[in-house]
Amino acid sequence: MSGPALLAKEKPSGGGKEARRKRSRPVLALGLLAALAVLFLTVVASLAIGSGDVPFRDVVDGVLDPDVSVKGQLIVQEVRIPRTVAGLLAGAALGLAGTVMQGVARNPLADPQLLGINAGASVAVVCSITLLGFTVATQFIWFGFLGALLAALLVYGVGSLGREGATPVKLALAGAATSAVLTSVTSAILLQDRGSYDQFRFWQLGALTARSSEVLWQVSPFIAAGVVLALALGPQLNALSLGDDLARGLGQRVGTIRMVSALAVVILCGAATVVAGPIGFVGLAVPHAARLITGPDYRWVLPYSMVLAPVMLLVADIVGRVIARPGEVQVGVITAAIGCIPFIWLVRRRKLVEL
Amino acid sequence: MSRPAPVAEDAARADKERLADAVRQVSAVRGRSLRRSVLVGFALLAAVIVMFGVSLSFGDMVMPIGKVVATLFGGGDGGSQFVVLELRLPRALLAILVGAGFGLSGAVFQTVLRNPLASPDLIGISAGASAVAVTAALLFQVSGLALSASALTGSLLAGAAIYLLAWRQGIAGQRLVLVGIGVGMGLSSLVWYVMARSEVTDAQEAFRWLAGSLNGRSWGQVWPLLVALGVLVPLTVLAAHALRPLQLGDDAAAGLGAKVEGGRLALLGCATALAGVATAAAGPVGFVAFVAAPIARRLVPGRGAALPQAALTGALLVLVADFAAQHALPSVQLPVGVVTSIIGAPYLLLLLARANRVGGGG
Repeated sequence: MSGPALLAKEKPSGGGKEARRKRSRPVLALGLLAALAVLFLTVVASLAIGSGDVPFRDVVDGVLDPDVSVKGQLIVQEVRIPRTVAGLLAGAALGLAGTVMQGVARNPLADPQLLGINAGASVAVVCSITLLGFTVATQFIWFGFLGALLAALLVYGVGSLGREGATPVKLALAGAATSAVLTSVTSAILLQDRGSYDQFRFWQLGALTARSSEVLWQVSPFIAAGVVLALALGPQLNALSLGDDLARGLGQRVGTIRMVSALAVVILCGAATVVAGPIGFVGLAVPHAARLITGPDYRWVLPYSMVLAPVMLLVADIVGRVIARPGEVQVGVITAAIGCIPFIWLVRRRKLVEL
Repeated sequence: MSRPAPVAEDAARADKERLADAVRQVSAVRGRSLRRSVLVGFALLAAVIVMFGVSLSFGDMVMPIGKVVATLFGGGDGGSQFVVLELRLPRALLAILVGAGFGLSGAVFQTVLRNPLASPDLIGISAGASAVAVTAALLFQVSGLALSASALTGSLLAGAAIYLLAWRQGIAGQRLVLVGIGVGMGLSSLVWYVMARSEVTDAQEAFRWLAGSLNGRSWGQVWPLLVALGVLVPLTVLAAHALRPLQLGDDAAAGLGAKVEGGRLALLGCATALAGVATAAAGPVGFVAFVAAPIARRLVPGRGAALPQAALTGALLVLVADFAAQHALPSVQLPVGVVTSIIGAPYLLLLLARANRVGGGG
């Protein structure tokens, strides 16, 4: 992979291209370290800030040397640590999934929520909980994967038939249609069952508090596998960004890359949905933000997305905790409210279809 | 050039004949297509009436149609009067009105924006109506006419927001569709948030409404919708005079002296309000606005927007879907929107797949 050639091929206009070219590897590595530092600060904030006041002393003790007889330390141990871990897991998964989707579909609008993949995972999880009576994540996570897989296949299949391939518009519409019908099915199931509905209405918003720490433990190996797969895809996604023909010319197996990418996306989206419910726009916005820093090289966009997405998710979650005290606003509401803006900005950009 | 003269003369005569032939054919086709348009209109109307009769007579208690008619005209015993006049009639009427409202709205949107995907339920206008109505109902305990008004307000606000956000030296159908999808997603997360904050029974009620349901609807929902349609449909027909030049494209329409932007705004305003009042009555019944117009256009090819046929198709669709929702599964009353979405969404996917094959999908 020759970096400069790839950069020159990308389409950013004028000065931006020059600025991106100059960013050398050490600068990007330093930047990544800085991003990690920001992530660390966010994690600390997420542990320290909540709808109830816990003295910082207790926060530190609650993490390092918990004494559960102190109320503040108990809160940190039982509520804030799982919540923060959920944010880290779901955030990393969504950021990477969004980046891989945008890369493999060459589609700036790709996002697990917009393309109906979260809806697929949701409906499958809801079915398995209400119809089959599953309560343990290890049981229904497989349904989450299956739902995500089927939805992804459907949306991508419909969106990419024919000569033009998967244009952003077609994929977005196929995703909207798939989401609509899957949401209808979910409604039909839940309307029959008040108990599930009461749980579901919180989960549907996307919340980091919905799952216990056992669920997080059960899901984390899947997310780890997805992360490894996704991070390894960098050079291949770079090749794909040149177009299928050129990628083949460079000796890449385009079909295999797509399959591995799909596998990574499905694992990551399914796991993120199990952890946090359907959360939109994180997978859309973060890769674009990362690309602004790194330029188009996916070997850098991927790790940056993986670090920045949990930052976005946790910050949104923290904002949700303090914005409506003593109540909370679920994180999915905040990300949707913030995330609309980059989406509309992207749509308004003129040469959308050409990415 | 080098051909002998007689051959050229023959060719010219043949050309003339072919031209005359073509003119005859065109006028024949025009006549036929007008006849067909009227015929399809009446056929749809007949189907709506038949389905209306079926939904009045069928239910837990099956009633012969003669008795239904007698009851409608004041006869029948107390029991059948209650069942027909209080339970089934308002529901069936509401299905017709809601379907007609959504169908007409979708037809106007798709024609004005020249994009089969630009229908109020896809581009966030129904979501706007839902967001404001659910907020009003759950947080401020608004009900009845005020609730309808808030749904109408929501649809108009969402319509205006989408129009302004998509404006960039004019409105392109595709950009408007995508902006609408984004706005719709933002709005529906607002709806979910409001629902998570309220009492579970209220939220359950709102959830049922959001699925698009005619269950338990009564005259209280029929009258406001009837009045609103009584105002909006004539306005839409008036504004639709602007629709025909618009179909030729902006430049041609402006060349013909049409006030492009004004006409388009008036039409979109009417269509947005139509979607709003229909949503107020039955919730955002999915995909009716989206599929009614294409079906109508398929039935009467070459007649442009086919507004009356689209309205009738919408009415028939909701009647049939609600009938299926009530009776398809024993002991389960599905919301009608579940049925229309299960029919409508695959059609959207099919449309996308087909458009891809033709190469004009994007």
